Amino acid sequence: MADTLRVYAGILHARWRIAMSYRTSFAFEITGQAIGQLTEVVVIALLFTRIRSMGGFDVTAVLLMYGFSAACFGLADTVVGQVEKLPQLIRSGELDAMLIRPLGLLPQLCLLDIQLRRLGRLLSGLLILGVAAHRAPIDWTWDRFLLVGLCTVTGAVIFSAIFVAACSISFWVVEGSELANAVTYGGTAFASYPLTIYDRILRRLMAYVLPGAFISYYPTVTLLGIRDPLGLPGWFGWLGPVVALLSCLVAGLIWRTAVRRYRGTGS
Amino acid sequence: MIIEVEGLRRTFRVSEKAGRFRRSHREVVAVQDVSFTVPEGETLGYVGPNGAGKSTTIKMLTGILVPTAGRVRVCGLDPSRQRKKLARRLGVVFGQRTQLWWDLPLLDSFELLRDIYRVGQTQYRERLDECTELLGLAEFLSTPVRQLSLGQRMRGEITAALLHDPRLLVLDEPTIGLDLESKARLRSFLAELNRTKGTTLLLTTHDLDDIEQLCRRLMVIDHGRVLADGELAGLRGSVAAERTLTVDLQEPADLSGIPGVTAIKADGPRVHLEFLPSEVSAAQLITAVAARAEIRDLAVGEASIEEVIRRLYDLRPAPQA
Repeated sequence: MADTLRVYAGILHARWRIAMSYRTSFAFEITGQAIGQLTEVVVIALLFTRIRSMGGFDVTAVLLMYGFSAACFGLADTVVGQVEKLPQLIRSGELDAMLIRPLGLLPQLCLLDIQLRRLGRLLSGLLILGVAAHRAPIDWTWDRFLLVGLCTVTGAVIFSAIFVAACSISFWVVEGSELANAVTYGGTAFASYPLTIYDRILRRLMAYVLPGAFISYYPTVTLLGIRDPLGLPGWFGWLGPVVALLSCLVAGLIWRTAVRRYRGTGS
Repeated sequence: MIIEVEGLRRTFRVSEKAGRFRRSHREVVAVQDVSFTVPEGETLGYVGPNGAGKSTTIKMLTGILVPTAGRVRVCGLDPSRQRKKLARRLGVVFGQRTQLWWDLPLLDSFELLRDIYRVGQTQYRERLDECTELLGLAEFLSTPVRQLSLGQRMRGEITAALLHDPRLLVLDEPTIGLDLESKARLRSFLAELNRTKGTTLLLTTHDLDDIEQLCRRLMVIDHGRVLADGELAGLRGSVAAERTLTVDLQEPADLSGIPGVTAIKADGPRVHLEFLPSEVSAAQLITAVAARAEIRDLAVGEASIEEVIRRLYDLRPAPQA
């Protein structure tokens, strides 16, 4: 673990130096990522000039949900987003080169190709969450602060688990990246809006199979103290850590199975 | 023994379209019943046509793939179970894929590898300085890897594989695509490494000059089986490859009918006679030729390594369906 952290620090340092030697290009990349994210907020704001509520929620609640989703996605994308390159690494054989190094495959995959430009999305996501939380009519007691912090981390962990599980598909299907993208980006899109706007099947899928509802919907409902239109109790927002842990276990299992299959254990 | 392989076998399941929706599965044997040992300090060339099972063997030796059956020990470890531990004792160079970070300067890649392999600062400096000097890296240490020429990159790859001072260096087609000068430079560096440090070298290649100049021992594989394994000189004898006697004659003469000669090619006054050393010695042949014509000059040639390998393929048992 200490090793991995030192390698992490090393790679961050190297990447930062590269970024700083191409400052302008780095600034454009970061800004580009941030603008992409912020545009969607503008769309939501415009939408609410025509409608008064979305799935039973007003603009503050919807923006808060969007903020949770964006911040968590940004964090997950920065830390484990590199797994999306897996199909490419398998095809080019670079994955084999990783297997002859004395580190675990997943840490290497996440660490070694870390992209600093992804910070753009992370920063804009945190900004959206911050502004939305600030504008929401919330009585800021310590437990609500804790809830926001906790949910940002657990949400990011849930997203990360979904990324890893989805990318494991590439070990079975050579062109698995499209399917993986459908799950990861699709999951993000789902998590960005109130669960109530989807039909029952999608809702169940999001709440229990891909636990996207625990990233944004339940935290928002709990934070605002709204009675859940779907009838679940208010403390559901606090279940994040449990769901995150379960997601990690499932994703870890899928990943292990996939890697074992790739290396040919027991086949 | 730095490598011990016994009864190694690896099969892959290949799925094929068998109808509109149905798929059928087929077992393909990539490596079967391969056994060999490599003592410390050996230089072993591993050759065979594409798809013969070379890379699959290498992947099992380095712990990337798990064998279907058989026993493998490398540096005393079980590669697939003790992959990370083995990684610290093993250097691997892939000619066609990089170990380096594409967009970082070469030196940054080395520093990252130093951290990954937990190489001490003193050892790191020593190894780096040594490689920098012998491989001439100084002029491009701070150049991003993507801007390096192939020859420069390969020198970087070799250095990257040696920073942690491995006992065994595995090279998978290290000279592919390199120009003659770069090849020569790489070979002399590797030969030197083997001589001074006793690093065991295992290399796969299609360039037989690599074998001739670097390897004491040759292993030929085809269709997943070892066809031959031994010193080059011994293999030459075992396949009974023809040698060639080239004579320049004073006057044209009829040289047909000499026992042991398998082919005669005349090229003006110069005649090439291919003969089997097992049936006639070079001296006997020269005497026989001299009895028929006056010889102005002569030379005796060894079978080339290509010839030896071609013969080994010709002698192989028919592959099983």
